[in-house]
Amino acid sequence: MAYNEAIKKAYQEELASLRAAGLYKEERYIHTPQAAEIEVEFPAGTSPRKVINFCSNNYLGLSSHPEVIKAAHEALDRWGFGMSSVRFICGTQDIHRELERRVSEFLGTEDTILFSSCMDANAGVFEAILGEQDVMIADRLVHASIIDGMRLCKAQQDSYKHANMEHLEEKLQEHQDKRIRMIITDGVFSMDGDTARLDEIVRLAEKYDAMVFIDDSHATGYLGPTGRGTHELYGVMGKIDIITTTFGKALGGASGGCVSGRKEIVELCRQKARPYLFSNTLSPVIVATTIKVIELLSQTADRREKLLENTAYWKKGLQEAGFILKESDTAIVPIMLYNAKLAQDFSRDLFEEGIYAIGFFFPVVPKGQARIRTQISAAHEREHLDRGLEAFIKVGKKYNILGKTKEEIIEMYGL
Amino acid sequence: MDEMQKTILDYVKREYLEEDQEITPDTPLISSGIVDSFSMVSLKRFLEKKYNIVIPDDRATPQAFDTVNKICELVRAIQEGR
Repeated sequence: MAYNEAIKKAYQEELASLRAAGLYKEERYIHTPQAAEIEVEFPAGTSPRKVINFCSNNYLGLSSHPEVIKAAHEALDRWGFGMSSVRFICGTQDIHRELERRVSEFLGTEDTILFSSCMDANAGVFEAILGEQDVMIADRLVHASIIDGMRLCKAQQDSYKHANMEHLEEKLQEHQDKRIRMIITDGVFSMDGDTARLDEIVRLAEKYDAMVFIDDSHATGYLGPTGRGTHELYGVMGKIDIITTTFGKALGGASGGCVSGRKEIVELCRQKARPYLFSNTLSPVIVATTIKVIELLSQTADRREKLLENTAYWKKGLQEAGFILKESDTAIVPIMLYNAKLAQDFSRDLFEEGIYAIGFFFPVVPKGQARIRTQISAAHEREHLDRGLEAFIKVGKKYNILGKTKEEIIEMYGL
Repeated sequence: MDEMQKTILDYVKREYLEEDQEITPDTPLISSGIVDSFSMVSLKRFLEKKYNIVIPDDRATPQAFDTVNKICELVRAIQEGR
């Protein structure tokens, strides 16, 4: 079928309806490396302006760290740019296997398999290891890539209310007749910044003979006493059967992800996971540099400690100013505004003040729970945080929401 | 409210809502964002078991599951072979 006028018109109408609904995503062009201070061109065509970045996943500030850049240069010279192959034809260098070994060691798992992204890891893992006689029981706030992966799998689907352990227990009881029960959760929930109660989840998994899967993308590298992730935070290392995670956030932020866990599960993914089998190998530069990042993290806790201090300072400043924060125990700090338009206006005004932080609203978060999500980094200096607080307070005063309750904000702006 | 409305309303409240949330048989569930379509799988399973029916995938749409009344309508239609 040709790309005729009718099809073109239908697509144009769909795009127009996204714009009309306020769901059209505009990209902002960054003219600098990723860092705490960046130059952003927005709207497109305007002169780039210097802003402090409060919306990247650069938790440990390693995206443009000199040692990381140096390692990437050396890797490019030593290993080349690309491999022009999938892994199982001619796309596996010894460093690919070395990174898999290092990740297993870091996460405390039996084995690891690399994917082009954590999205690919989540898209491939369920189908590779579960069948019709099995059930996947997911927290209702898991990441979209997990939902997509579950949809590609023939196992039955079920879900439990977010973080509700009683509801999870009911579901585990209900599915005792299945061959495999798999509890599926994010380690850190990206919109709220809260963590899954993995100690409780593991207890239930043991009681009802279930496997546990976590996507720890927003935790790997900084959460837990030595940065291993949510499973370390809750003292259940070695008890999580599958961990998927990314190298695209705290671990240097380039791209790539993995499935890490039980040996047989990893082996089955290598044989059957379609995004692994049918997409290109991870670039040697990313592989070798991620090895370097893991080495850096194992040598010193400085960046992790700075991130924790920064986050505590940021939260305290916002709370003292009278903002309502979502209860989070990570470097993700959501400031609740409830109303979608208010969140958009607030974000725009922050940008005018030199602060880059994005508003989130339905359908990304539930209706009536619009917010500004801020993400703190070890790259932030105290001065960045102070300037951020100053801008938040100025804009907060403009909208008269400081010290107001949820009900008062909703009364002023609606839901 | 008839028996079916009450049974389904109770299930929806227990399965999807928090204690402080109230709905009526006409409250939009999916289109309003109270319930996401991913979570509706358990409702389909509940209805099939409770009313001993099979709901074809092409009829288990977000539109057909949007309110308790619409769900009752769907269950009755399938029971009556429509």
